[in-house]
Amino acid sequence: MIRLLYFAWVRERIGLDGETVDPPADVTDVAGLIAWLAGRGGGHAEAFAEPGRLRAAVDQSFAGLDTPIAGAREIALFPPVTGG
Amino acid sequence: MSMRIAAQEADFDVAAELARLEGLGGGGVASFTGVVRGGDGLQALRLEAYPGMTERALHDIAAQAMARWSLLGCTLIHRHGTLAIGARIVLVGTAARHRAAALEACAFLIDWAKTRAPLWKQELFADGTTRWVEPRAEDGAAAAEWDASAEHGKP
Repeated sequence: MIRLLYFAWVRERIGLDGETVDPPADVTDVAGLIAWLAGRGGGHAEAFAEPGRLRAAVDQSFAGLDTPIAGAREIALFPPVTGG
Repeated sequence: MSMRIAAQEADFDVAAELARLEGLGGGGVASFTGVVRGGDGLQALRLEAYPGMTERALHDIAAQAMARWSLLGCTLIHRHGTLAIGARIVLVGTAARHRAAALEACAFLIDWAKTRAPLWKQELFADGTTRWVEPRAEDGAAAAEWDASAEHGKP
């Protein structure tokens, strides 16, 4: 089970600030997770339509989309950051 | 080595924060304050944070600055929540024996805070519409410059 967190327009499009999921075994990295979530349709499909616009953090560290998700407890998906 | 890091909703006291840095015994204190810019019908800015990770990321950025420059201390305070036009968003402060380290580290800290801390700005307009701020290419380039200078052994 992985705790997912969504921020900014990813959160708005999905309509949730997070959820707990249990992805199938063939979902091995963040990109695979995004594709699997997009396959749910609706807000998920809208939020994850363009993976190139998404960034991720695995267990609260920034991570590329090719990062393996095995053993991850918390994965956050969000647009590029705009603080400062 | 004295770091003060915070991600918070509350405003901060710039004078008190700079006084802390001035008390560290160096010869120079540099600072940058980011403020909500008005115009184009903007009514307020909302900053979304990642509870837990935002402050940790700010801490990592400040630790990088302490490692790269000879600083006596630094301050990195970033607000989140809804902020009116003119409100302070972020404070960066650095103290060093000499000005060059203080000024350079201050620029580094704001460049990296903009691009390497999980925070998202949403513009709230007077007509009720909202817009998520898109990252600016020049912000990414400015932050990457510091990577390039590290690779070349500078500063």
